[in-house]
Amino acid sequence: MVVNVLYFAALRDVLSSEGERIPLPETVHTVGALRTYLGSRGAQWAPLLEWQNLRCARNRSLCGWDEPVCDGDEIAFFPPVTGG
Amino acid sequence: MDVVRVQSEDFDVGAESERLHRAADEVGGVVTFIGTVRGGAVRAMTLEHYPGMTERSLETLVEEARRRWSLAAVTVIHRFGRLLPGERIVFVGVASRHRAEAFAASEFLIDRLKTEAPFWKKEETEEGARWVEAKEGDEDRARRW
Repeated sequence: MVVNVLYFAALRDVLSSEGERIPLPETVHTVGALRTYLGSRGAQWAPLLEWQNLRCARNRSLCGWDEPVCDGDEIAFFPPVTGG
Repeated sequence: MDVVRVQSEDFDVGAESERLHRAADEVGGVVTFIGTVRGGAVRAMTLEHYPGMTERSLETLVEEARRRWSLAAVTVIHRFGRLLPGERIVFVGVASRHRAEAFAASEFLIDRLKTEAPFWKKEETEEGARWVEAKEGDEDRARRW
């Protein structure tokens, strides 16, 4: 399974990454498990685990951490929004 | 006819209000909200967004507003990019038969936009640039709906 991951705003700055196309191990079935997997790859990615109030979206809709992940999904991680 | 736009350029408040006013014969009132960049310590603000999701989230909010209130026309315009103090950021306008629906729907739209639409503000001040933190009060206001 391969997914497109996007990072926005302050999170992108801290990770020094706008996103990545990444193959996933078979154990990753939810957005929450994806976050844990991505954040466990070393110091650069640790902010993904530590970030308070991190938000996520699957295929451009806000979702919860138990949202399933499927092949080809676009999964975005970002801080709470501040528009308006 | 509803309008949802995400753009870097400014919008014409008069033209947008006029269009809502003329949207249908039964319009009895138009409520508009215009958000602007606050002056003071902030020298400029850069708004980032998530292209593709932003438009969808605004359209979803307009659909929800239409399910909850009887509305003649809705317009939501949000800018992105670098803006200076006093510049307009967002326009929310609602036309309806009676004022109660237009007031309620416009407040709903801006409250929920602030906690759901994927925009992020970065402020430039004398001390440097900083990402704006989400306010707990905004979450509380959005939860009322």
